[in-house]
Amino acid sequence: MKLIFEMGAPGRGSELVPECRSSYVLNTALREKPLHLPEVSETEISRHYTELAKQAHGVNDGFYPLGSCTMKYNPKVNEEAAALPGFTGIHPLQDVDDAQGALEVLSKMEDMLCEITGMDACTLQPAAGAHGEFTGLLLIKAYHTNRGDRNRTKIIVPDSAHGTNPASAAMAGFDVVNIASDDHGCVDLDALKKAVGDDTAGLMLTNPNTVGLFDPNIAEVTRIVHEAGGLCYYDGANLNAIMGIARPGDMGFDVMHLNLHKTFAAPHGGGGPGSGPVACKDFLAEYLPGIRVLTANTLPDAVCASDFGITDQENHYIVSRADRSIGDVRSFCGNFLVIVRSFCYILTLGREGISEAATGAVLNANYMMHGLKGHYRMAYDRVCMHEFVVTLEQEKQERGVSALDIAKALLDHGIHPPTMYFPLIVHEALMIEPTETESRETLDEAIRIFLDVLKQSEETPDEMSQYPLAAPIRRPDEVAAARKPIVRYFRE
Amino acid sequence: MGSYIPNTASERQQMLEAIGMTSFDDLYTDIPEELRCRKPLSLPSGLSELEVLQKATEISEKNTRFAHIFRGAGSYHHYIPSIVKQVTSKEEFVTAYTPYQAEISQGILQSIFEYQTMICELTGMDVSNASVYDGATAAAEALAMCRDRRRKTVVVSGTVDPKIQSVIKTYCFGSGADLKILPEKDGQTDLAAWEAMNGPETACLLIQSPNYYGIMEDCRKIAESVHAAGARLVAYCNPISLALLETPGEFGADIAVGEGQPLGLPMAFGGPYLGFMASTKDLMRRLPGRIVGQTADAEGSRAFVLTLQAREQHIRREKAGSNICSNEALCAMTAAVYLSAMGNRGLKNVADACVTNAHFLLSELEKIGFQRKYDHEFFHEFVTICPCDAELLSRSLAKHGYLSGLPIGKREMLWCTTEMNTEEEIRSLSRMILSILPAVKEQTKAVPEMEHDPDPVSISREDEEVQV
Repeated sequence: MKLIFEMGAPGRGSELVPECRSSYVLNTALREKPLHLPEVSETEISRHYTELAKQAHGVNDGFYPLGSCTMKYNPKVNEEAAALPGFTGIHPLQDVDDAQGALEVLSKMEDMLCEITGMDACTLQPAAGAHGEFTGLLLIKAYHTNRGDRNRTKIIVPDSAHGTNPASAAMAGFDVVNIASDDHGCVDLDALKKAVGDDTAGLMLTNPNTVGLFDPNIAEVTRIVHEAGGLCYYDGANLNAIMGIARPGDMGFDVMHLNLHKTFAAPHGGGGPGSGPVACKDFLAEYLPGIRVLTANTLPDAVCASDFGITDQENHYIVSRADRSIGDVRSFCGNFLVIVRSFCYILTLGREGISEAATGAVLNANYMMHGLKGHYRMAYDRVCMHEFVVTLEQEKQERGVSALDIAKALLDHGIHPPTMYFPLIVHEALMIEPTETESRETLDEAIRIFLDVLKQSEETPDEMSQYPLAAPIRRPDEVAAARKPIVRYFRE
Repeated sequence: MGSYIPNTASERQQMLEAIGMTSFDDLYTDIPEELRCRKPLSLPSGLSELEVLQKATEISEKNTRFAHIFRGAGSYHHYIPSIVKQVTSKEEFVTAYTPYQAEISQGILQSIFEYQTMICELTGMDVSNASVYDGATAAAEALAMCRDRRRKTVVVSGTVDPKIQSVIKTYCFGSGADLKILPEKDGQTDLAAWEAMNGPETACLLIQSPNYYGIMEDCRKIAESVHAAGARLVAYCNPISLALLETPGEFGADIAVGEGQPLGLPMAFGGPYLGFMASTKDLMRRLPGRIVGQTADAEGSRAFVLTLQAREQHIRREKAGSNICSNEALCAMTAAVYLSAMGNRGLKNVADACVTNAHFLLSELEKIGFQRKYDHEFFHEFVTICPCDAELLSRSLAKHGYLSGLPIGKREMLWCTTEMNTEEEIRSLSRMILSILPAVKEQTKAVPEMEHDPDPVSISREDEEVQV
């Protein structure tokens, strides 16, 4: 289809703002290069994006079992709440007295996330999961440096970890120590014991881990790290499996991030905006970035509420900074409207719904695993958490059919493929996470399609590399894209 | 209350039995008993949709929505065309994940490719990424791009927004980069100080133009000096201003960054926004985050993919230049729809109105005893010295429905106008100030000892760095 730059004609456009009469002429260096934005009518824009939407695949377009991404349904009421003018129309630098509603959302959200995670304090400033990881690691760094413990320069990361973990550790100035996983994809306790020492700053871990299993030795893992003087970081990517069932804070973790766009149903927007709040234990709270929202009655010498005509019927919120704050990881207080969406989601689920969602996610994953077992090879054949990993290694060796081929064939059946080639410790991996918001019929249908595709790959292995046939495009040439990058449009 | 699980309790029981289990506890046998929650979470009970919406509405109404906004300082009140909201609320865009599967993600990939092109057009640079979290993190990432083994020091002009400086300090605490803040001189970057300060270890200089005070920097001269020192120039710019002002590409910046919020995103108490980043071709492989590239599919048709992924965390892990994964894709699409709707003429109109209103506001304020603090040309923000305490004036105006300029000193106020303001509104602001000024002056006398207390939402860290 056409690019928006290939549409329209010179002079076309909409009258959106009044013509600026008697415009002031700036006495400064001005732009000489002509600006070439699209010149298109509103009709053309509207149709263009409708056409683009047809070539996109969201959660509402079909089953989306993208492992580790928790593609659950995004409730509509949250969208409506996030569009309320009292949230969208407020300036981030208006006086706290004029932003009491926003501060109430932040304060209550922090409290609820602390309760769900078993932590004591929380910042909502990080804008995504990886951003949260970076923030959490800076808390660990600030903790050690403030204690004068300067030799703690190493972060231990299992080889099953998401790539952001080691990348975040490097950005925070740490050296990364990779340790191998055991036969169950869990932390190898011997390897961990060998890796820890007086240079250990901390350990980063996902639990359930990236193969979809809860590490039963988790208490031992965190104990080993603590005894060596390190801290434990929990990557909350997989929290959906256990929320309301078990809490990272109770497993011995000191600091963690959550992904509101995964676990707490905020939509992902085709690659953001997300939100990656960081929660921590009390002893790290003094390093948290951004504003700390407090209720006036918790600070006796705070600005007197009566000055502003506030009665004591309600909390009056004020803001301050943590004593030894690492500063800011983003401007203002984070992706506020994403936080509003997840706030509403938690209000909807409540104490019962949170654990029900987790159990539903684990049930759906096990149901689907059960349906595929005996046909697809499970990387780890045991009761899984919210996701599981299959391996096509044997198919690849015997018939030359890869995980990629299976994934691409699924596209022709309206299913978004599982996460491919991750975790790295499983060869030809497909990581399947159905989430709790899928019905039994959807799972049954998906199982049937997965089995059909596998059968097809047995019968006609040579044809597998041609799929998809029904998608908007055939397989793109990624090598050419990287070799001769064309990353913008040039008019002819 | 609900958990958005379609299956009823009895269906779930049947599913459980179908996989050979009897109790939901069987699903969690791997979690040691002592680690399980012994009691329900201490959260309120779930609410119905009606109750949730009522609650959210009630909370939202506790915020003051100002009818008249004269504050910017990093978040700007612009008109958002209806088409922008309609297009960007399409479910296919809203509910998709990162476009890993190119065959069914052409819509999102093409929208990012178009966004990248528009950012290149605006900034005059060669290459743009698909966005980062916000302007401040874009600046921090850009500084990291410039560092190498030899050149480890990054320099930031003192006229850069303190909120951006705060984020950069935090990022540098992580990376261990040596950070120097360049003093300002009369509201502009002190070029002589830069020339005295830079050395062979200096990687780059970050300037903001229009800067925090709204003033245009002498960008071309700064670029020459920076390049003469063998360093790189990172320019933080306001995207609306680029409809009029010399572009970073023209004045010789190596990297252009900025906050994309003015391009169709609501102020929304600070987010979501988007940081844009564009660079020269030379630096393309050092850009962080997603980049969409054009290629062809197996039948030779034009196709778009995430490209140059060898830079990124999922491939390079700890050797990646940045850890960024999710960015602000939907916000980038918002900016692209905004720029398409505005077009060249519309964007120039908006920029003209910003400038014209700001200069009119200044002249009105000068008539009633406000003094312009810096005598340099400015875009749509400027600083005045108020004839009273700035904080008190701000509070008093707030009570009358005006969000004033931002108090940035005891008497200094940073004002902003956009196309949303009108001449008549500016006149009525001026009349309002005149009517409350005597009382505010009285209050100012009554609290002569009152130190400037910047809005706590905007305060930046006083103690320079985490004690190390």
